[in-house]
This record gives sequence, structure tokens and C-alpha cells, in this order.
Amino acid sequence: MRRKDGRTEGRKLCWAAVGCLLTLSVLPSFRLSAQDTSAIDRGVRIGIVYRPGVRPGVVLLPDRSTALDSVRAILARDLDYSDRFELITLPGGDSIRVSAPAAARAPGARTTAGARAHTGGEAAGLNYPLYQALGADFAIALAAVRDTTQVTIHDVTAGAVRRLLKARLPTATSSQFRMAVHRLADKIVEATLGTAGTAATRVLFVMDGKLYQIDSDGAGFKEILSTKGRAILSPVWDRDGRRIAYMEFWSGHGQLFVQDAATGRRRAVTDGATLDFTPVFSPDGKGLTFSRAIEEGTDVYTFNLRDNCCLQRLTVGRFSDNLSPAYSPDGQRIAFVSTRPGLPQIYVMAADGTDEQLFAPFDYGVTGSSNAPDWSPDGQSVAFHRDVAGTLQVFVLDVRTRTVRQLTSLGRNEDPTWAPDSRHVAFVSDRSGYRQLWVIDMETGRIRPLLQQSGVRLPAWSPRLPETEQSTP
Amino acid sequence: MTRPLLLVLAGLVTAGVVACGGNPQPATPAPQANADSIAAAEKARQDSIAAAEAAARAREEAERVARQRTADSLAALGRGTEAVRTMLATMIHFDFDKSNIRSDDAGTLDQKVGILQANSNAHIRIAGHCDERGSDEYNLALGNRRATAAKQYLVSHGIDGGRIETQSFGKERPLDPGHNEEAWSKNRRDEFDITSGGDALRQP
Repeated sequence: MRRKDGRTEGRKLCWAAVGCLLTLSVLPSFRLSAQDTSAIDRGVRIGIVYRPGVRPGVVLLPDRSTALDSVRAILARDLDYSDRFELITLPGGDSIRVSAPAAARAPGARTTAGARAHTGGEAAGLNYPLYQALGADFAIALAAVRDTTQVTIHDVTAGAVRRLLKARLPTATSSQFRMAVHRLADKIVEATLGTAGTAATRVLFVMDGKLYQIDSDGAGFKEILSTKGRAILSPVWDRDGRRIAYMEFWSGHGQLFVQDAATGRRRAVTDGATLDFTPVFSPDGKGLTFSRAIEEGTDVYTFNLRDNCCLQRLTVGRFSDNLSPAYSPDGQRIAFVSTRPGLPQIYVMAADGTDEQLFAPFDYGVTGSSNAPDWSPDGQSVAFHRDVAGTLQVFVLDVRTRTVRQLTSLGRNEDPTWAPDSRHVAFVSDRSGYRQLWVIDMETGRIRPLLQQSGVRLPAWSPRLPETEQSTP
Repeated sequence: MTRPLLLVLAGLVTAGVVACGGNPQPATPAPQANADSIAAAEKARQDSIAAAEAAARAREEAERVARQRTADSLAALGRGTEAVRTMLATMIHFDFDKSNIRSDDAGTLDQKVGILQANSNAHIRIAGHCDERGSDEYNLALGNRRATAAKQYLVSHGIDGGRIETQSFGKERPLDPGHNEEAWSKNRRDEFDITSGGDALRQP
């Protein structure tokens, strides 16, 4: 954060300089590079390999036309929430035209139709040194060309257009609109940094026994399901984002359902005669693995969804409980909770139930209960929550080194769920006084509220969601 | 008191005379009302009313007593069942994150053993509950442990396990909605319900 503030300060200085230079308009490139205090940083960033703590600056270019304002606003927020960029806002917004009169300086290489089309006829001439002075590594221009939205990504450092993206967006009133823009944002992240963003995702959660979803940017709050007399608990996504599973709970009974995310059609997987809970899809999508509580105790079972058969018990816990399975992304291992040391702790086993061993180290008699493991999509980490001094905190286990680090400390924080980028984690926190959904970025430590509603429980972050209709020409 | 009464009687007599005025009587003096006899008649009349009322009251009282007697005997039956039912429903409590039976709850469970032995038709259900502090999902397993811990105690004291059903509510149904240790200690509990054979329960 200190670095960020420093850069902001630097930018303010730059702005003063820019004001002068715009007036003088003489050899701006030479002067700007002389004035730029962050030249060393930018030198490091030329490789465009993401490095924690050094975030490339990005500027979303304003436009005279208001047609794409809502697209621009959604994109700007998505890029900000990706925590991968330093978002640069131009003072005065649309009123200041920060284009260079010296368009002739633009290299002849940029002669594509797309480059000509963007930003209301400003043509290819982007004053790269100016945006460089503002701290931008990328400048993004939006343009509407007939029914297609064109996104021109300028590599400011290289002084050239890096990518031209085209998307046929639904009308702003369409229910598909926001998600289509989120997909565009993810493509911008991929085009600039080489790794896709996570804007086109949703988070499922439970509130007052009902199932809800919300988009990754906090919009699209929507009730998915409520069942009379039954409480919905423990929602989860399958790996391709097409199906969800959850538990319906009533009078000590827990029944598991698998539901098509698009149509809402569902089927019961278990009969509700027992208490079945914490369902999770196997990464190959063939199986549903879950906890079943019977008089002998709670153990992990797996059911073959594809053949609708073959219930198999994976743990045999005689005097302990085993629950809350979480697959490694390769499907080879399952992290789970076991009470064999007395209090619940995080264990791991092979997917067939063999080779059980302690996963997250703890001090016997000192460390509190550890629960709710979620394996990151890149396989490198397992997030869980642990009782610290009578309240819960989110921890992350490094799978390779088997070391844990505490991620939260303010208030009660629980039920972490990974974003598909394996760097953002959503969790429930009462740090505001109410139990709300929050998102933390593991790299920058930035924490933002995802949803203001209170009484939220058991969030589940989706994978990148599949397109339900063609939106890319 | 007597003056107004006399005036009224006098008035009535006068009115009678006027009503029969079609046949004027010789000027015989109007008969003097005998105040004493009128009062006596009136008293007798009122006495008879009172007697009738008293009789009615007595009848009602007799009926009420009879009803009460029936009700009392029914209630006595019910009270016995109710007392046993209350004893059977007495909850037991647990320490935080624990499912072992506390020593101060062993007596409560021993009482249930006696009741279940005296009422061999009675079947019960034990529901395990947790406080809000633990994890949502883990509490389902913990509640299950708490219910089965009590069942195991009863079974180990000779009760047929087939008469006891267990279930877990996790932390989904707190008894006390408070957010302090007083509420939490109440919420970490096993509840006991009679599922069948509970219409007439005998004392152990």
C-alpha cells in the first residue's frame, strides 16, 4: 500500500508536469521521460510478467460518445477488482481530451481498421509519452462499430497497439449484458498480462435458508432457490460451471441435490433418510463426494453421478468424524476434516480413501479447531478457517511446504472459497458488525466487501462461467 | 322503606278502583291495606324464589363437583404422564466443541433409563444441537456426536437401541438467540422427544 501511495503522489506531480507540457507542447517525449520519477519501476515492468507488488498502470480512455459508458464503467471496475492493475483515472474525465496533436509520431505499423476506428475518430495517434508520464503501461480504447464493440489495447511502453478485441455485446437491458462485459474484461486481462481474469464468475451463498448468487463485482444479487420448510446449505459448483450441488436440511435430515445452473432443473442424489452434507463434485464431474452422519459417526462417501450408482465409503472413522471433502484440481487427492486428534483438523488422503495423513500442521492442545477446507484451482494452496482465541480466522496452507499462514485477523472470518485465479478468496466476515461477504486478494492484501446483505453463509465461488450464448463474432 | 311500599300499594288500589270505574260502587270506604299481611306475602314469595334459586345452585354445585371429580381423576392421570414426560424431556448440555456426557448430566440420563424401563412401549428421539461459535458444517457432525453420545449412555444402561432415534441440528436451531456464553451454554444441548408410546406413561 505504501508503494501505491507513493506512486499516486508521483502521478500528481506528473499531472502538474502534464499541464505545463500540454501548454508548451514542445518535444513532450523528452521532457516527460526526464520528469518521470517511476522510470525504474516501468523498466522492470516491460516484460509484462505479473510481479506481486508491481502493478502495471492501465488507463481506460474516455470517449465523446456516451454509448459505451456503462461498458466502460463495468470494465473499469472489473480491472480494478482484478487487483492486477493500477487503475489510472484521468482528471476531468471526458472534458479533457488527452490526445496528442502530434499524431504523426505514431509508427506506421498501426494501420489496422480497428486502430482507426476507436475513440470517436481520434485515429491511431495516441500520445504514448503522455500516458507513459501518467504511469500507464496500457491504454484501453472502446469503440462501437455497428453491432460490435471493439477494444483496442495499447501497449504504452512499446508505443504500439497490442491487441484488438471484438465482442458482440447484448443490449444493456439484456440479462446477459453484464456477464458479456465481464468476459470482455477477462479477455483484456489475458491480452495484457497473459492470464485470464475472473470477472465472469459468480458466488453462490446461503441466507435465511435460501440459495442466492451474486456476480463477482457485487451486482446481480439474485435468489436461486428456496424450499418451504427446508434450509439450503453448502452450495458448490462443478468444475465447468454448468452444475451446482447443495444440501437441503430439515429436522436432522440432509438431502443432496445436483442442479443445472442454466435451467434450474435438479435431481436428488441421496434420499434424505440420513444426514448427508458438504457435497463436492469430483474434478472429472463424474462423482459427488460428501459427508454422511450416521450413528457410528460422520464419514466421507462418494457417489457415481454418471452411472447413478455405486455409493462408496472413503473414510472409516470409528471413533472420529471425517467430513468436508475438497478435491485437489487433478482429482488425485482429497483434503478433509478429521476429528481424530480430538478437535477437527485438516487431513488429506488419496481420492480412493487410502494414505490418510495430516495436512495442515497444528500444535496439539494449542491450535484450535480447523474446518472448511477449499483447494485452490492451481493446486498450490488449501484455504480453511481455524479457531483463534475463540473466533474463526481464514488460513492458507501451502501444499508443497505444508506451512500455514493466517490471512485475516479482524473480526470473525470463515468459510473461504477460491476464485478461479487462485489469488482471490471470498469469505464470510463480521468485521463490519454484520455477517457479510468479503473478498481478499492474496497478493496485495486488499480486502473489499462483495455484498452488503447480512446473515450470509457458506459462499462458493464459481469457475469462469461458460458462455450460454454466442457473444464473440 | 315501608312508606314508599305503602304508597305504591295505595296507588295500585286506587288504580284498580279507577279501572273498575264503569260500575261505580257505593261509597264504601276503600279497604284499608293491611300492611303486615302484604309484607308477609311478599316475604313468603321472595323466600320461595330464594329457595328455588338455592336448589338450583345446589344442583349446579353438585354437577360441578361431579364434573370436577371426573376432571380431577383425568388430570391426575395426565399429571402422572406429564410429569414423566417432562422428566424424559429434560435436556442435557455439553462443553464447547465436546460431545462427552458431563458428570452432572449422568443423573438426568439415569432418570431417563428408569422411565424407559418402566415404559417399554416408549420410543424416543435424541436431537443434538450446537452453539453458534463453531463451523456451520462441522456442527452437523458435532450435533450427531452429541445425540449418539446420549444414546450410547442409555444403551449401555440396558435400553434397547432400537427404541432410540438420533438426529443432529447442528447450530441451525438455537434455543437462545443471544451471542454470549449464557446463551451458548444453553444451546449446546441434547433434546429428548417421545416419538411413540407416550400416551400414558408410568412413573419409574
